[in-house]
Amino acid sequence: MSLYKRIIPCLDVANGRVVKGTKFINIVDAGDPVEVAKRYDQEGADEIAFLDITATHEARKTIIETVEKVACEVFIPLTVGGGVSNYSDVLNLLSAGADKVAINSAAVANPNLINQVTDKIGRQCIVAAIDVKQNKNNSNWTVYTHGGRNSTEIDAFQWAKELCDRGAGEILLTSMDRDGTKKGFDLDLLNLISSAVSIPVIASGGAGTLEHLRDAVVVGKADAVLAASIFHYSIYSIQEAKEYMRKHGVLVRI
Amino acid sequence: MINKKIGIIDYGASNIFNLVNAFEYLNVNVKVIDEPHDMSEITHLVLPGVGAFENGMNSLKNKNLTDLILGHVEKELPFLGICLGMQMMLSESYEFGSHSGLNIINGKIKKIPNINNDGARHKIPHIGWNAINISSNNFLKKSIVNDAVDNQAMYFVHSYMAHTDEKNILATCNYNNIIIPSIISSNNIFGCQFHPEKSGEKGLSILMNFINL
Repeated sequence: MSLYKRIIPCLDVANGRVVKGTKFINIVDAGDPVEVAKRYDQEGADEIAFLDITATHEARKTIIETVEKVACEVFIPLTVGGGVSNYSDVLNLLSAGADKVAINSAAVANPNLINQVTDKIGRQCIVAAIDVKQNKNNSNWTVYTHGGRNSTEIDAFQWAKELCDRGAGEILLTSMDRDGTKKGFDLDLLNLISSAVSIPVIASGGAGTLEHLRDAVVVGKADAVLAASIFHYSIYSIQEAKEYMRKHGVLVRI
Repeated sequence: MINKKIGIIDYGASNIFNLVNAFEYLNVNVKVIDEPHDMSEITHLVLPGVGAFENGMNSLKNKNLTDLILGHVEKELPFLGICLGMQMMLSESYEFGSHSGLNIINGKIKKIPNINNDGARHKIPHIGWNAINISSNNFLKKSIVNDAVDNQAMYFVHSYMAHTDEKNILATCNYNNIIIPSIISSNNIFGCQFHPEKSGEKGLSILMNFINL
């Protein structure tokens, strides 16, 4: 027996509301975070991700109060990210009820932050989030920061390995090319990163059908799948997703 | 409100927000204990924890909380350790050196092998949902487990595991053929390696069973 594959609905939160965009732009409203989180918990989600998507570029801190309210309503793990720039941001989120904290741009700016945080509180609390885009000239992927606004020179494969070596507990891997497109996860990217690290990889960006969720796990070797639109707009329920995956040989918690 | 009072030990090394929230959701009074305290009103005591064993034990000692824990256990009142809290109940840990635990249950803490019994490498930490199997079916006595939680998935996050006598193991889980003690117990004393407060409805039912002890 191995671990159950996780289905993680993601709440992208901007100004205290759940929103959803396409390729990180064209943002539309998708509800109140507390209500949405509560519904997912009741539907059988394995974990909830809460990302303050406007936090970094506006230099705002994730709204602690919203995190507290969400944490009070869910009895499954809660991962919170967005605007996390230092150790005290991590502690504040953990004290507000987050079980794990996602670090993205700040790790690129200061990779030592990952070591610093995980040495003190353990690697299980830290999810290293990586936003990537495929290069036009070769088949590699490049890391982007600040909610996908800034490109870097960093290669995704090398960066994932480094984050793992520095102590990250999990990798949350978002394909910006696929985000919001509903065309399916980037399976080549997932395979590449899953083979690079010895920690769980969460697939993100592109979920449009239940088959996509299964493919991410079966073909892409992801340990968990994250999706937003297909659950927010009730195209599929968490339960339907899990029943589909179970029917297709994936070990899920029902 | 249920006429019981749950003491939750807060020694700074753990995030107790979710645990307090879960017990309050289950409609029971909670008292957070972060210094030596009059224990006469506490009916049930919980020792949570995340992070490293040595830090956890040092924090308990520095805050003078060990006597209070051992006093509660000596009175044979219900006690629950969670995650690192469970690990600290044992005699000794080999996490970064050798460190003494509370010695409430005889046993040791060692790293989960990163190569499974089939010789294949697997991921450490053991993070995620895994099913617990109740190994002792003595349901006649009061317990935190019942048929409803057997074979149900619970949320685990850990890199070290307990080694203790078979008789102390109430439930296990199977991680790529490594059998991990998931609930240890001795009389009214219980320890969960997983997080019942983060394991959905089934996890909450374990906490409810604890309250009902």
